[in-house]
Amino acid sequence: MLVLRSDSLPLLSSDDIVKARQMVRTWAAELGFKLVDQTKIVTASSELARNVHDHGKGGTMFIEVIEDGDRKGLRLTFQDQGPGIPDIEQAMRDGYSTSGGLGLGLGGAKRLVNEFHIESAVGKGTTVRIVKWI
Amino acid sequence: MEQIPILKLGKFLLVTIQVDMHDQMALRLQDELTNRIVKENAKGVLIDISALEIVDSFIGRTLANIAAMARILDAETVIVGMQPAVAITMVELGLSLPGVRTALNVERGMEILNNLLQEDSDARSPK
Repeated sequence: MLVLRSDSLPLLSSDDIVKARQMVRTWAAELGFKLVDQTKIVTASSELARNVHDHGKGGTMFIEVIEDGDRKGLRLTFQDQGPGIPDIEQAMRDGYSTSGGLGLGLGGAKRLVNEFHIESAVGKGTTVRIVKWI
Repeated sequence: MEQIPILKLGKFLLVTIQVDMHDQMALRLQDELTNRIVKENAKGVLIDISALEIVDSFIGRTLANIAAMARILDAETVIVGMQPAVAITMVELGLSLPGVRTALNVERGMEILNNLLQEDSDARSPK
């Protein structure tokens, strides 16, 4: 797997969630994603950036263009040093929310991309990595 | 701070969301709109989201909340102009906006509101 291009964005305020969406949109469009797929990855990034901001007390988004054989994709990593998630299975379930939200963030984001990986340690933080291939 | 304009159109209010809303802005819209419904005695609200490039769970919940609050204040809400890519993504995300009326554009949304208002006044007038 080759990383062709990479960048990062701090996620500290709710303005940064908007910035994350705009950055992912620009990169996805430049890479040649169709409009529907651009919309899906931008929406997934909005959910995950909001999680970092609301639950993880802020963190960072890493964005990469990756190449695997003859396919290219966008890989996004959302990292925080927040309280972590004690029960990931429960947190992934639709309708589960600790913030009064709809509880669609993690499970919903997973449905919008091709690959989804989450790691979390209580007291240390959470990292979510998603990939969408063209 | 950026404001989302709320225009009065007869008995209705028209909100055109033209910017990528951050979360506080969505919440402020919710507050301002409910206040305007009461102040203007509005019977309907049209929310034009044709410029919105995504509707994530937060924005979706805010739109559903606005519709629910408006209904309690005796006003119906119609969300108009959703882009097809946004609709496809929302369904996969798991957002179906239950209880929220939608229309393809402002004209159709206005028709829906006028019809509802007509039905309402028919129901209230003595036979």
